[in-house]
Amino acid sequence: MFESARSRGLLVTVLTSLAAVAIALLVGAIFILLSQQNPITAYRALLDGAFGDRRAVGETLAASTPYIFGGLAFAVAYRAGLFNIGIEGQMLMGGLAAGLFAAWNFDLPKVVYIPTALLLAAIAGGIWGAIAGALKAVSGAHEVITTIMLNYLAYQVLSYCLLRADGWLPVNPQLQATDPAAQNARLPNILSGTRAHAGLLVGLLVAVLVWYFLFRTSFGYQLRTVGLSKGAAAYAGMSWGATITVAMFISGALGGLGGSSETLGLLGQQYNAPQGYGFASIAVGLVGRNNPFGVVLAALLFGTLRSGSTAMQNQAGTSKELVLVLQGLVILAFAALASSGRAQSWWARRRGARFKDTTDTIGVEPGVAPEL
Amino acid sequence: MSDFFDVNLLKAVLRMATPLVFAAMGGLLSERSGVMNIGLEGMMLTGAFVAVLGTYYLHNPWAGLVCAMLAGAGVGLIHAFWSIGLRSDQIVTGTAINLLAAGITIFLCQRLWNQSGRSPKVDTLPNVTAGINVLVPVAFLLVPVVWYFLRTTKPGLRLMASGENPQAAESVGIAVDKLRYVAVMMSGVLAAAGGAYLSIGSLSLFTRDMTAGRGFIALAAVIFGNWMPIGTLGACLLFAGSQALQVQAQIKGLGISTDLLLALPYLLTLIALAGFVRNSRPPAGLGQHPTSH
Repeated sequence: MFESARSRGLLVTVLTSLAAVAIALLVGAIFILLSQQNPITAYRALLDGAFGDRRAVGETLAASTPYIFGGLAFAVAYRAGLFNIGIEGQMLMGGLAAGLFAAWNFDLPKVVYIPTALLLAAIAGGIWGAIAGALKAVSGAHEVITTIMLNYLAYQVLSYCLLRADGWLPVNPQLQATDPAAQNARLPNILSGTRAHAGLLVGLLVAVLVWYFLFRTSFGYQLRTVGLSKGAAAYAGMSWGATITVAMFISGALGGLGGSSETLGLLGQQYNAPQGYGFASIAVGLVGRNNPFGVVLAALLFGTLRSGSTAMQNQAGTSKELVLVLQGLVILAFAALASSGRAQSWWARRRGARFKDTTDTIGVEPGVAPEL
Repeated sequence: MSDFFDVNLLKAVLRMATPLVFAAMGGLLSERSGVMNIGLEGMMLTGAFVAVLGTYYLHNPWAGLVCAMLAGAGVGLIHAFWSIGLRSDQIVTGTAINLLAAGITIFLCQRLWNQSGRSPKVDTLPNVTAGINVLVPVAFLLVPVVWYFLRTTKPGLRLMASGENPQAAESVGIAVDKLRYVAVMMSGVLAAAGGAYLSIGSLSLFTRDMTAGRGFIALAAVIFGNWMPIGTLGACLLFAGSQALQVQAQIKGLGISTDLLLALPYLLTLIALAGFVRNSRPPAGLGQHPTSH
């Protein structure tokens, strides 16, 4: 009985995500239609651009990689009842740290250079995230606001380092970038002839680790308890402040890793440009139901949209910014479905709750994170 | 040093503060009613785009401004419907609005004018004096209006009650949800006017992502101003001042750290939130609903 309720819950969870994506694609199609283009042509060009040939597949994998990290970062914070919209800044700090360390061109073998660079990126991103966690713990400052501020501070730190710190940092102000990363610090290519790089493998490994951490360790349990109920956690003797600070550190560290994966894998240096994954990471986390494996699937979906969008623009003439629209629509559709789920469970309770329904696990507000 | 702080610097501060003041007054109304609005950025961007769109097709910048404000109300309605009607998470909805606005504006730019980054040039709203657009004084007049509205009028006081304690407000017969709908839509109208100032006030075209985070700075101004109209105005002037100083310092080649000046609004807001300056107190009912179902 328990098992079937559990699997029914899983089914509802998966269906809700799929429905949100379907609704977004449908509304997107209407949008394309209204702009007097053919949605089928556009979507076909998108799919073709994402999977048409070897190069396209590689591009899709490369495009999915940052979303994996971003989605995981969002998920960990969300599970602790926090809304991390500072992933953008955390990615930048991670990318900058890894980019600088790699640009110094130390005489290190790959097996030392790459992990050290990734570790530094995780620490840099983690600190950037932990600031928001600590501020919330100490003074109750809303993490949404502090992480937005930290995003803009990260932009400033980045442009200061890249444009005006050439006296003491390995940067190129003309190019507005760090010097190219040492070859031994570059994440290797994993599909020859494409841009797919080992950041993807790191991301998949990290997803497994995050799953293990959240669902199989006692601190992961503590983190989720704090996320579900501050009061209950306090009653059980868990420190709310320390837990959310560490949760934001981990979340930021995941973001930082994502930034470094772009810097050391895709680009080879950190440029003075926003990563642009911060807000999309929220959509990835929500569609992936803040479950590490769900996040990986959602990241592949968003990577597909992103990598196919250029082909869609070139072949069908539909602006590739449609992808941003689709991301926004997915979030709105998701929020609406979650809300109808809540309305349903409210209705069921009023009716005397004949069956314990599972739809009320579709919560989108922090604090009622569903468990799969 | 005397030619550093000249009248041009003052004008620059006023110009840079204008879009912030519009959006921040909008944000203030929404937050005071109890609805968090991080969609301000998207509402501004929508306003900036629709202002150009309206001006382009109706050949009149005033008509463009009206179109922008209507579009802002529309975006506000989306935010309100999702976060009040559907009781979705307000941050989630705001994020969606920002993504949608960023995407749709560029999408339409491409579709209508076949240029992905910018619109064609359009007429602008008139200046009242050299370098000061007519919307600049409007923005500053808005502040006492909002203050008067919140402090002395019945709907204003009810709106603040809804933001402080929605359950109690509802129990004494205040239609909390209805008030919030209006407040969030008004915040869309004002944010859109701020966006319109950017596109048909200070410039004469729309460029992609032209609000460049001003919606978020406006939100920071609301918080730094401790959710008070006058304080928020002060924060807007401070933030605009640090921006204008930075530009001035660059032009005149003064040895002020421009990076620090640019970072100042964000640093100050963080410091204020950390409670180092004084107690920062948001409306107690922010994000809460009158009834929980």
